[in-house]
Amino acid sequence: MENYLVAIVTFAGIYALLAMGLNVSWGMTGLVNLGMAGFFALGAYASAILTVRTGAWIPLGFGLAAIVAALAGAALMGITRKLRGDYLAIITLGFSEFVRLVAANEIWLTRGSDGISGIPGPWRGELSPAQFNVLFCVIVLVLVAVAYVVCERLRDSPYGRVLRAVREDDTVAAVAGKAVDRYKLQAFAIGAGIMGVAGAAYGHYTSYIAPDIFRPLITIYIFLALTAGGVGNNRGAVVGAFLVMAILEGTRFLWDVVPGLAAVQKAALREIVIGVLLIVVMRLRPEGLLPEPVPKVLDKETTR
Amino acid sequence: MPLLVATGIRRSFYGVRALDGAEVAVEAGTVTGLIGPNGAGKTTFFNCISGMIPPDGGRVVFDGQDVTGWSPDRITRRGMVRTFQIARGFPRLTVMENLLLYGPDQPGEAALTALFGRRAAKRREDELVERAKGIAAQLRLTRVLDNRAAEVSGGQKKLLEIGRALMAEPRLVLLDEPVAGVNPTLAGEIVEIIRGLRDRGLTFLVVEHDMEAVSRLCDPVVVFAEGRRLTQGTFAEVAADPRVQESYMGRRAWAS
Repeated sequence: MENYLVAIVTFAGIYALLAMGLNVSWGMTGLVNLGMAGFFALGAYASAILTVRTGAWIPLGFGLAAIVAALAGAALMGITRKLRGDYLAIITLGFSEFVRLVAANEIWLTRGSDGISGIPGPWRGELSPAQFNVLFCVIVLVLVAVAYVVCERLRDSPYGRVLRAVREDDTVAAVAGKAVDRYKLQAFAIGAGIMGVAGAAYGHYTSYIAPDIFRPLITIYIFLALTAGGVGNNRGAVVGAFLVMAILEGTRFLWDVVPGLAAVQKAALREIVIGVLLIVVMRLRPEGLLPEPVPKVLDKETTR
Repeated sequence: MPLLVATGIRRSFYGVRALDGAEVAVEAGTVTGLIGPNGAGKTTFFNCISGMIPPDGGRVVFDGQDVTGWSPDRITRRGMVRTFQIARGFPRLTVMENLLLYGPDQPGEAALTALFGRRAAKRREDELVERAKGIAAQLRLTRVLDNRAAEVSGGQKKLLEIGRALMAEPRLVLLDEPVAGVNPTLAGEIVEIIRGLRDRGLTFLVVEHDMEAVSRLCDPVVVFAEGRRLTQGTFAEVAADPRVQESYMGRRAWAS
């Protein structure tokens, strides 16, 4: 049971990384990124291929994951920079399916639908599985902390102010003197890079990746996490990720106490419960559990 | 040489000629008015010279430099900034953030400086905050600085439009209907604010339908009709011009 809890915290941490990445591109800059599963996959594959094929040091795999995903994000944003809203959403969704299909078919590189197994984990051989579990959980939590500090610094700076301005109205942001396309490109790339790191973490933790893991459903879960946690709020992204993970996993146990349901019904009911809980959150807290903070500059005297 | 010279500006939308060789010259230190009936092309003209839509033809020379077809952010950084007719912008940013955003030369707007060069960003931020407070005081926005822009009144939004433009340290401000939709008292105050800024050396090009405001504020007044400059002169001159009256009212069918 402890092992299970540690594993859940690790996965929640990976979700939190994804949610923070999404918060940079969508939450702060307003760029709908339905291609998250694609960037997640790119990071996982980049790190797995490098470390399995060449035996490279695992941190290098993480670095490559971030770079590959960020470059892919920059390229995608560069191509689509004149699109916005729904159109960008469709293109990014297409991108994630494109990545998945390439992973499934370019067997020479990715071993196709067999997936890549035996991805190394740090000290996996030397430690007992339980110890490895704890170690990796700590590593992921450290990554979450680092990503949080980076994202918070970006948000709480003139840079973040420009991103939020682009989100609200990119035409007026341009009139304000900001090179809007460059900001969109950077924000999308930074967000994608963080998602790539999450992918690398996933691969090195589970030691196995395959195209089927990177279906668009994960993207939807992360959108739910960020929306419930608070769009534009990095702490909200982390809280939302843990909340969604708790709901996803918690509902497994709920059914032990509900009698008279077949297994299929339980599975379906679980999705319903997730939906209902999110509706409740959005009904009660439309801006999420932790709304975007509003920076205040005035002390009491000047307002009086 | 005038601060802004736009000549032969043409722009069509699917065959409809919105601008057909429009020209305007704005002398430094003036508040130049731009009037004309609906559909005369005033807003399209603003959009063309501020870089929001590229003109099909013509030339825009600002402060001795050809800025035709530049992107809006470059034009703003060069010293020509526009406002919007319906107070448009960043509803979820505070009034203060709206002002700070327009402040130029903030190194903290680069991602790496935001991460690692926070001291330089902070220093510039402090300067910008001071200036924003000064501008807010002048526009009587001090009380609402920490409110989100969506929460302030319509009149305050109009004032914020002007305040944001001032934060950009411009030489020329393009005002799109600065007194439209505000009560007469506030309209009068906005007129006084603009005059005060002109007296301190700022130049304005103003699109406005409120003739009371135009008469008190603008000299010279340029009249547009059908995508072209119809005439130009003092407000009294253009108001007395029968061609101007015709362009607003239409021609009498039975006129001889």
